[in-house]
Amino acid sequence: MSDTHAESVAFVRETALPPTAPPMAASGPVLWARTNLFATWPNAILSIAAAYVIYLILAATLPWMLNGVWTADSLRGCREVLDGTSGACFSVLTERWNQLLFGFNYPSELYWRPTLAFVLLFVAAAPVLFFDLPRKLLIFTGLYPFLAYWLIWGGTIFIPLVALIGVIVGYAVYDRLVKRNFALGFFSGIAAAAVVWWIGGALIEQFAFGAPMMEEIASRNLGGFMLNMMLGVTCVSLSLPIGVALALGRQSSLPVVKMICVVFIEFIRGVPLITLLFVANVMLAYFFPPGSGVDLFLRVVIMITMFSAAYIAEVIRGGLAALPKGQYEAADSLGLDYAQSMRLIILPQALKISIPGIVNIAVGLFKDTTLVSVISLFDIVGMIRGPILASTDWAGVYWELFMFAGGMFFIVCYGISQYSQWLERRLATDHR
Amino acid sequence: MTTLTDPDKESFRLSMLLYDTRYRSITMQVIALGLLVAAFWFLGSNLAANLRAAGLNISYSFLGAPAGYDINQTLIPYTSRSSNLQAAWVGIINTLLVAFLACITATIFGVIAGVLRLSNNWLVRKLMAVYVEIFRNIPVLIWILIIYTIMTVSTPAPNAFRGETPTSTMFLDAFAFTNRGVYIPAPVWGPGSMVVVATFVLSIIGVFAYRRYATKLLFDTGRLLPTFWPSVAIFFLPSILVFFVMGSPIGLEYPALKGFNFQGGIQIGAPLIALWFALSIYTGAFIAENVRAGIQAVSRGQSEAAAALGLRPGRIMNLVVLPQALRVIIPPLISQYLNITKNSSLAILVGYADITATLGGITLNQTGRAIECVTLLMIFYLIISLTISFGMNIYNNSTKLKER
Repeated sequence: MSDTHAESVAFVRETALPPTAPPMAASGPVLWARTNLFATWPNAILSIAAAYVIYLILAATLPWMLNGVWTADSLRGCREVLDGTSGACFSVLTERWNQLLFGFNYPSELYWRPTLAFVLLFVAAAPVLFFDLPRKLLIFTGLYPFLAYWLIWGGTIFIPLVALIGVIVGYAVYDRLVKRNFALGFFSGIAAAAVVWWIGGALIEQFAFGAPMMEEIASRNLGGFMLNMMLGVTCVSLSLPIGVALALGRQSSLPVVKMICVVFIEFIRGVPLITLLFVANVMLAYFFPPGSGVDLFLRVVIMITMFSAAYIAEVIRGGLAALPKGQYEAADSLGLDYAQSMRLIILPQALKISIPGIVNIAVGLFKDTTLVSVISLFDIVGMIRGPILASTDWAGVYWELFMFAGGMFFIVCYGISQYSQWLERRLATDHR
Repeated sequence: MTTLTDPDKESFRLSMLLYDTRYRSITMQVIALGLLVAAFWFLGSNLAANLRAAGLNISYSFLGAPAGYDINQTLIPYTSRSSNLQAAWVGIINTLLVAFLACITATIFGVIAGVLRLSNNWLVRKLMAVYVEIFRNIPVLIWILIIYTIMTVSTPAPNAFRGETPTSTMFLDAFAFTNRGVYIPAPVWGPGSMVVVATFVLSIIGVFAYRRYATKLLFDTGRLLPTFWPSVAIFFLPSILVFFVMGSPIGLEYPALKGFNFQGGIQIGAPLIALWFALSIYTGAFIAENVRAGIQAVSRGQSEAAAALGLRPGRIMNLVVLPQALRVIIPPLISQYLNITKNSSLAILVGYADITATLGGITLNQTGRAIECVTLLMIFYLIISLTISFGMNIYNNSTKLKER
């Protein structure tokens, strides 16, 4: 039967045709462009407008940057090299990078010290940021503040050493007594540490251990991006425990404690940071005992810490409020007292919820450390506005310097926010 | 045979202050109060001792003394012979001015960027993401400096507009961008101009009245009146009509180059523009994120349900998505406004005479009254902040989900 038409048909295909490639418009980049860039007429117009904006920005900046001069000794030198063409004068960065990073008074042969402290910061922060690392590393984190202090300020090693011993003794006492009662352990720990510091301080003075082991650097000689980093790291880490305490105080059932915390938080949050820095600059010295001579760096640290503590307290309060009431009741029904239920049940969960908020505050605070340039501390912005733009060599080099400062902040802040997003995913244990 | 007796009423012992939870809270509060008082006493006595040592006293009489400095941008009468108090008022009004302007433009930038970040268009989405990330991660201080530098370095001096072949020309013959600021035409209020203004105000009220009437008619009878074009007509037509009937009473005074500088028109100083623009574009990036979060917080089911009811896309947005998104957007938006107000204190950096620059800057430096000036400054910002948060609390309570 199948041969019926065998002679009337010239060719019979016996296998299926191979599938042809889909039309250009239905796959690949064309489809992608169609759905993502030119889906509708308004969309297409928007795409073209956006592309034009990008072109404008690149056309204005790219030739300028690619034509940059890296090896001149002044703006005049740059202009000679450029010879009328448009180009950036990045020589200011190669010439003054040390001032931008370390300030203009930090001895250049000692740059290794803050650099080492900066590198060690990552080692110290690593076990806090990434939980998979061995817990033993936390010991180094505990040592780091004292080491960093010694590296950056120099001077005798006995001051940080005594401070460290005080903390260790205080912690040992706390650890011993906390099983009986949290308040007892906490206050005895503080008292023990204070005693050690007092004795140690007296000993240092008495036996003139004060002979410098490393060259001493005064606080006023700190500057540049280093100052921003120091202020940011110090103030955020100091303000975390204070913020927790304030948040708990604001939730407290004791009206007096609650009122103190509310007034403090609302006052600090109601005024701009710059007025607090004015306080640090011109007013705070009046509130210290006569002749104590607290230096400006410490006063600024105190005010910025208070500032960020108030904001962190509000974030943590949000975390506390977001916990289901059942958690508090469960802790109570287990017979835990206030300190135990907070330490073991409430705070671990509340802090986890507040991590994104805390990171936001930390990033904002780090950016706000540039405000110290207003009260004549020479951080990176202060260095640019002051010594560098005022010098005869580099007066008029604006964009390169601002780009550098902006770039530094962008790298750090963007990095922190990326980390926070990773951490949020990591901590998401609710399997939603 | 047993008799029930009350347990012995415990007599109060001193140890109960620590171990009995009924009394412990009182003990702790007394301790807290005592510590607070001690801290204040310590600080106060230090302050008194330090002031005595420096031969200072606390006095606010400097507020009445002549300020002795000039302010280039004032909205109220001020000369260098005016008092320090008047200078502070100038500063307060300048603060409020830049904060108000920046709030408006930041909202516009933020809403546009936030909506575009959710656009279907890949290029636009990415462009807006870059905008948000760049502006959020670089300090506002640096942005203010950058924009101030653009305003003062990259714009021509007034004399570039002069001569036979000027190197710069005015935009539309009305706007001049110079390194001393931007000159824009100023309105001239002729006789009868108040009638036009009154008509304009009335027509705004008319627009609201018409929309209310349309809504009421819709609810009562189900009849749908067009609202958009009638609103536009009510908004513009009467004013334009009255304007020409009265014989064009409102004119414009154009800035013109006379001598070394522009005369006439309104001069907006470079510091104000730098601060205004930097604050708006920086805060706009934050508002964009709030707007995006707010729109994404409305679950997809809501718009799908609205679509299933047969609503058009515009109405879905207006009637279903926006009312729910606004509840999420407004509280952080208000705190961004608060941030703008507080960040406007950075005016001191570019020489804009806000309250921080007048009272906390020049007045403080000239009189040396640090404590008084900084205290007044803080009180001003506190009043603003507390007022705004008070208003926000009222709003939050009024839009709270009514849960039953």
